[in-house]
Amino acid sequence: MIRATGLTKDYGSRRAIENLSFEANQGEIVGFLGPNGAGKTTTMRILTGYMPPTYGTAQVAGFDVIEESMEVRRRVGYLPETAPLYNDMTVYGYLKFMADLRHLPNAEDMADEALDMVGMSERADGYIANLSKGMRQRIGLAQALLHKPEVLILDEPTIGLDPAQVVEVRKIIREIGIQRTVLLSTHVLSEAQQLCDRVLIINRGRIVAEDSPSNLQARLVGAERATLRVKGDADGLLRSITKIKGIQTAVVRPDGVIEFQFAPGMDLRPEVARTAVKAGFDLLELGAVGMSLEEIFLELTRDSKVGK
Amino acid sequence: MRNAWIIATREYRQYFLSPVAYIVAFLILLFAGVLFVLDMYIVQQQTLAAYYAVTPPGVADIVIFPTAFLLLFAAPALTMRLLSEEHRAGTLELLLTSPLKDWELIFGKWLGSFLYLLTVYAVTLILPIVLNNFVSPGIDLGVMAAGYLGLILLTAAYLAIGTAISSFFNNQFASFFATLVVLLVLWWVISWPAGILPYNAAEFLRSLDTSTHIDSMMGGVITLDGLVYYLSLTSLGLFLGTIAIEIRRWR
Ligand SMILES: Nc1ncnc2c1ncn2[C@@H]1O[C@H](COP(=O)(O)OP(=O)(O)OP(=O)(O)O)[C@@H](O)[C@H]1O
Ligand SMILES: [Mg+2]
Repeated sequence: MIRATGLTKDYGSRRAIENLSFEANQGEIVGFLGPNGAGKTTTMRILTGYMPPTYGTAQVAGFDVIEESMEVRRRVGYLPETAPLYNDMTVYGYLKFMADLRHLPNAEDMADEALDMVGMSERADGYIANLSKGMRQRIGLAQALLHKPEVLILDEPTIGLDPAQVVEVRKIIREIGIQRTVLLSTHVLSEAQQLCDRVLIINRGRIVAEDSPSNLQARLVGAERATLRVKGDADGLLRSITKIKGIQTAVVRPDGVIEFQFAPGMDLRPEVARTAVKAGFDLLELGAVGMSLEEIFLELTRDSKVGK
Repeated sequence: MRNAWIIATREYRQYFLSPVAYIVAFLILLFAGVLFVLDMYIVQQQTLAAYYAVTPPGVADIVIFPTAFLLLFAAPALTMRLLSEEHRAGTLELLLTSPLKDWELIFGKWLGSFLYLLTVYAVTLILPIVLNNFVSPGIDLGVMAAGYLGLILLTAAYLAIGTAISSFFNNQFASFFATLVVLLVLWWVISWPAGILPYNAAEFLRSLDTSTHIDSMMGGVITLDGLVYYLSLTSLGLFLGTIAIEIRRWR
């Protein structure tokens, strides 16, 4: 469980995050989504006890991150953004060291198990310096999973992984998310969509939206869009479609498809189809275009910039 | 404490993979070895030496003094990367989010470097043992023990200063030079003004000089002043190192 209340962090005079409040419950995977410099890493560093917030409080696994930092740190698994490792140690030596620091009674078994989870068992005796970036990322993840933490905080867990590994790592995260609390950050919207029960969109240190990926999509769509493909020159049809009452915009895309927008709730597709047929065009295709999470994201982050 | 030990043992092992640590060990043993051979030469001329009333060579000349001098450079070289490198590699973030107290981290880092040098000193013990068989009445074991104690205390203090400075700097070369400057000031520069100061002030300055106390210990005199001085310097270093970590967190 993670509960943040009014978190604010100033680096000198620069405010990195402002008045962030959110929750992540057990059995939930929460995604932090935001552009570079939004404050994702800063927030995660506060939650993991790396640094205190300037204002605000947070509880992680039932303990206060400032007052009971040690209790929090014992219960959190953290993958920092850069997946830092000791190059001059072997993979196994490194995990054993981290397990020792956590006083795990069966450090060897735990290290083996974590390596197995990330599929790196065969490199256990190799030096970390000789690993590829993706492999390092996986060892970082193994380190975070080592002690089977109640709360997992992962800063861009799939960055630098090949597609097969991305799938693999997402599977691991999903499995862990069933019973524990996971907070992860990402720039990859499809990842948030596939992986997270809830998404927090953060921009310039503020939360600008918070919901399930599908609700976000539904809630934020200001207009519905549809496409129409006809045989022949679509430009000739465009004028009549624009004239239909309720159509906000209509354009011919480079691929010859007409894309039009109308207010949500009033589906104008039948009307558009009738118009096309009446004008003597053969209808080939009529489709709906949903707003992608990408667009929602751009929309939201642009709006809050304007607000500044 | 257990955490400090875990940090220390990792650090200790890493020294055996580090070229810098080998160079330090090599130079200490080389200096001591060369001086030993020179001293053996004097022993050979002992009749001559006795004639000129030259005291037989002691452990202080062979091991303690040259090592204490080398330590001015060796201590910064061994401590420079302790925390600076953790910062550069980002692993500090890992340690600072592990259930490990800040003082345990600093103490463990210092302890690792201290144990490494103790290991090197243990090797130098061969020389007095050999010397003992060559000098006619045998060497003075009391003086030898006092000398080694002084060296160990000096080492503890230097390494603590280096550890503290390493936790202030993000660049290991900056750590090296800053530590070197501080050690040179404490060893050498600090008593410069003593000559022009009134007696009390001059004595005070001399008591802050790291070389004053080791000099008396090399002569076989262990003073309470000396013990307190080196141990305070060590504690101060470890304390400041811990503060530096706290400052990092709050920045
Ligand atoms: N140690 C620091 N000192 C000063 N400013 C910092 C520091 N770390 C982060 N910042 C600033 O705080 C803001 C938030 O940074 P943060 O690293 O939290 O963003 P992020 O969302 O993780 O970005 P990214 O997606 O690029 O990882 C940025 O403006 C950044 O410049
Ligand atoms: Mg980041």
